[in-house]
Amino acid sequence: MKDPYIPATFYDAALGSNVSVDGDSEADEFTVGGKRLRQLEPATIEGLRQLQEEADTVRAPSREPHALAGTANLGDRIFHWVTAGFAGLIIAVLLLIVVELTWQSRLSIARFGLSFITSSTWNTITNNFGGAPSILGTVYSSLLALLLAAPIALMVAIFLVELAPRWMRFPLGFFVELLAAVPSIVFGLWALLVLKPDLIAPHIEPWFIDHFGNVPMLSGLFTGYPIGLDIFTASIILSIMILPTIASISRDVMLAVPNNFRDAMLALGATRWETTWKIVVPYARSGIIGGIILGLGRAVGETMAVQMVIGNHQAIGPSLLRPGTTLAATIVSEFQDATSDMHRSALIELALILMLVAIVLNAVARLLVWRVAR
Amino acid sequence: MASVPARRDLTYPIRKNVGRLGSLLATLCVVAAIIPLAYMLYYVLRQGGSSLSVSFFTKLPAPAGETGGGFSNAIAGTLLLIPLSSMVGLPIGILSGIYMARSRNVGFARAARFVTDVIAGLPSIVAGVVAYALIVIPFGFSAIAGSVALGLLMFPTVTRATEEAIKLVPAPIREAALALGVPEWKAMFRIILPTAVNGIVTAIMLGIARVAGETAPLYLTILGSPNLPGSPLKPIHALPLQIWNFATGPYDEWHRQAWAGAFVLFAIIVLLNLLARILTYRLGKRVSSS
Repeated sequence: MKDPYIPATFYDAALGSNVSVDGDSEADEFTVGGKRLRQLEPATIEGLRQLQEEADTVRAPSREPHALAGTANLGDRIFHWVTAGFAGLIIAVLLLIVVELTWQSRLSIARFGLSFITSSTWNTITNNFGGAPSILGTVYSSLLALLLAAPIALMVAIFLVELAPRWMRFPLGFFVELLAAVPSIVFGLWALLVLKPDLIAPHIEPWFIDHFGNVPMLSGLFTGYPIGLDIFTASIILSIMILPTIASISRDVMLAVPNNFRDAMLALGATRWETTWKIVVPYARSGIIGGIILGLGRAVGETMAVQMVIGNHQAIGPSLLRPGTTLAATIVSEFQDATSDMHRSALIELALILMLVAIVLNAVARLLVWRVAR
Repeated sequence: MASVPARRDLTYPIRKNVGRLGSLLATLCVVAAIIPLAYMLYYVLRQGGSSLSVSFFTKLPAPAGETGGGFSNAIAGTLLLIPLSSMVGLPIGILSGIYMARSRNVGFARAARFVTDVIAGLPSIVAGVVAYALIVIPFGFSAIAGSVALGLLMFPTVTRATEEAIKLVPAPIREAALALGVPEWKAMFRIILPTAVNGIVTAIMLGIARVAGETAPLYLTILGSPNLPGSPLKPIHALPLQIWNFATGPYDEWHRQAWAGAFVLFAIIVLLNLLARILTYRLGKRVSSS
């Protein structure tokens, strides 16, 4: 398809492969048959770029060159390499983190090997360490928090995008985003000094024990004492903390669903609710899942609020009403008082495991959210 | 195609009511989500507000168990940590953000952007352990070690917000600058960055808000200190860290002061976020009117 606004010589030049496009559609420079052209309209550039791509696919696919790497201006070259250097620094930082944590946990890795993940001993006297209580505690409390928070967060997002009156959307959306920025120490303070002593320990947990303590199947989940410093309280505070994260990301991806789709569905006679569940949610599905995984990532890495209410006890068990620990809680509780190099090394290995889990969760979540946003 | 006789959709009343029920459910969920959060805000504002006093800002902490005293060491520590960690986090954040905005589709920029997003999800305690390994092990606990940990947590927010701010600058403004014959870097520093300045200030504030409340990484790096900060090479205290110390302590007086600390911390973060919002709004308006 020829665009009438582009001179024919451009086509000839492009198809004759004499055009080199510097960078992406943001670039302003072209070389046509050795002549440099500047100040082109973006549309022109985009057209030329597409032409070049067509030409390139016929021949050999070429790599996109950096926008300024090849220009003659010295200042531009410095500018390019400095900014690109800082972007490269970010990648280096990630590598540095992985290498440094691995190096600092070498004692523990060499001594315990893979059994570190499965062993449930955590003995600071015999210097025998296993991460299983922390790992399982992290998985347990985070999944529980997700189970509580994700459905409500999704409903909040649906309300914000599809149902709320227009005047309510901005303030409510801002409120949700603000809550996502509240520091975890504030949540922890509130959980420790209000939620636990006023609600969970005197009311909720005794109620659980009274009503479920003797039910077959369920009794295992509710054995213990209603002291409030346990997996249950940790999961509750985690779910409150990750709810704004999940809700605000789900809202963003649902806002990205084109209105045409909604209109078409509504025009066919569907109700608003059906449109939401049959069009909007399926379209935004991978983004919503991404948001949920990001919430999980936040729950997994959450430190202070959990450390303050989980009881910090190295143990494994199904009961919600028992003190437990998580990776982050173990690290922060014991790091300053580490009794030996091996102890410290084991704690750093926990940090390494925590980081790897968080990186995988985040990478998956970002890829899913990107798929919708694009 | 055979013509279909028009008929009433008998399921419509049911579907309509299902929709109504769903809307009700969603509204209830919003209420359920807001109640605990509002409950928490209420406590922070009530307990914190009533515990605030002048001496909270001016006095050092009183000895354990005694009444009185304040958080001046922690507030000063936080005020020191913010510029120090900005010196670590802002250059990386702003310059890499500029690069990513300029080289949108270049593979390397995409990789860096992805890694930035991944680091954004780094648990803060891990940043603390890294700074501990890199700085505390060789040089001991210090404000500098804390700043490195916070800088690590700060830059991803700044990078992405800077990138977004620069992308908001309309292409014709940039083209006009280039048409005058200036090189790209001059166009960036003289034209594009000044246009996007609100957005970049927003990025900085979001970055600071991101780290101002961090506790866990500071515990592993700045250690805490009952005195006013002297040298950045020595242990210092910080607002969130002292809130934690006081909240987990046994005294009511400590708890009271922890609430006051939470109030101040919360106020700082709300203020930064609010300012960031207002600036973004103004940048959006300026760009759309130009």
